[in-house]
Amino acid sequence: METSNLMMQTTLLAGAILLENGAEIARVEDTMHRIANNAGYPDAQVFVLLTGITVSLPESGASQVRAIHQRGMDLEKVDQVNTLSRAFATKSIDLPTFADKLHQVNHAVPTFPFSWLVVAALVVSVTLMIAFTGHATPADLITCSLAGMGGFAVFYWVNRFAQIRFLSEFLGALLIGLLTLIGFYLTHNTAYHADAIIIGAVMPLVPGVAITNAVRDTMTGNLLSGPARAIEAILSACAIGLGIALTSFFY
Amino acid sequence: MAHWLLTTGIMQIILAYLATAGFGVLLNIPRRAVNLSGWVGAAGWFTYEVLYQLLPSTIDVKLAIGNLVAAIVIGVCSGLAAHYKHMPMIIFNIPSLVPLVPGGQSYRVVRNLVTGHPDIAYQYLTQVVIIAGVIAIGFLIAEFINRLAWHFTHA
Repeated sequence: METSNLMMQTTLLAGAILLENGAEIARVEDTMHRIANNAGYPDAQVFVLLTGITVSLPESGASQVRAIHQRGMDLEKVDQVNTLSRAFATKSIDLPTFADKLHQVNHAVPTFPFSWLVVAALVVSVTLMIAFTGHATPADLITCSLAGMGGFAVFYWVNRFAQIRFLSEFLGALLIGLLTLIGFYLTHNTAYHADAIIIGAVMPLVPGVAITNAVRDTMTGNLLSGPARAIEAILSACAIGLGIALTSFFY
Repeated sequence: MAHWLLTTGIMQIILAYLATAGFGVLLNIPRRAVNLSGWVGAAGWFTYEVLYQLLPSTIDVKLAIGNLVAAIVIGVCSGLAAHYKHMPMIIFNIPSLVPLVPGGQSYRVVRNLVTGHPDIAYQYLTQVVIIAGVIAIGFLIAEFINRLAWHFTHA
């Protein structure tokens, strides 16, 4: 393969991994520029949107596009792309090796086992419930742990099989609402704070980071990608809010 | 204040540490970064809580100033952590934001709209806009501070 072609494909792949796993637009552009620069093409043009990336070489009149369909959060991949890009900058790996390693990162990267993730969701839910509301009666703690774990487990598995983020968020929130409702009837609302439990249990799902990233992207001048991220975040908030609201009519 | 620091303050630090480390696991950050990013999150949330106790003003102003300073603290700390561990900053500043970020408020906006409380929804929407904007500005300021520090230590 020609070097220029390989360079464009490698740059695109690195950008795509970063964008699909939660990096901001400015970081993606910066990394892609560096890679092109270090590969010996300082005049390469990079154009990054939330849903697609373009690289072009004005001199040879060549350009390549890559569409981005799914966006999630996997910071291990971001870290590995960053490490590889640094190694490439110091010339300790060459372009073909860099391309190979990027393919590996994209397909096989260490993840935490599912049981760890569920425990992490429990920890996030319970600690934030106490930190935000100060409520920590036994009934609150038990219901919040169950709802936090259940909500995240549903979110995770539906996401795995259906790959529709808003559906999995909706179903996760619905389960959280149902568990809280069951707790409400079991305890007859004595020493039980339904609102506190819900706010804790939805914390692993809510799009808080997405909203902040939307504002950050807009502020760095990405006037198309920032608002697009905001719309994604608003849809998530709607899915979760609806899931909870459907059960909250029964209190 | 001293009493608050020794009881609620320490409690809040521990809670924020656990929440940030847990959220880090959910975002699949590298294992060797989990502990440090937990401390960055604890520093940010503690800053926010102290300011929230000290500032004599309305809740919106408390939210704005508290989140702004907390975001600057998180930005600077994660810059240092990133430099120390040779990792991108995003690994430390994204999990650390979880206690601050307006996720809970954003879901409350929708929930209150659906259940027929538009006035409460409006209050929460204001908070979402204030917090998200202020955190973004805080990160920009932190970036600026990091660059200045880099400039002066390597000049």
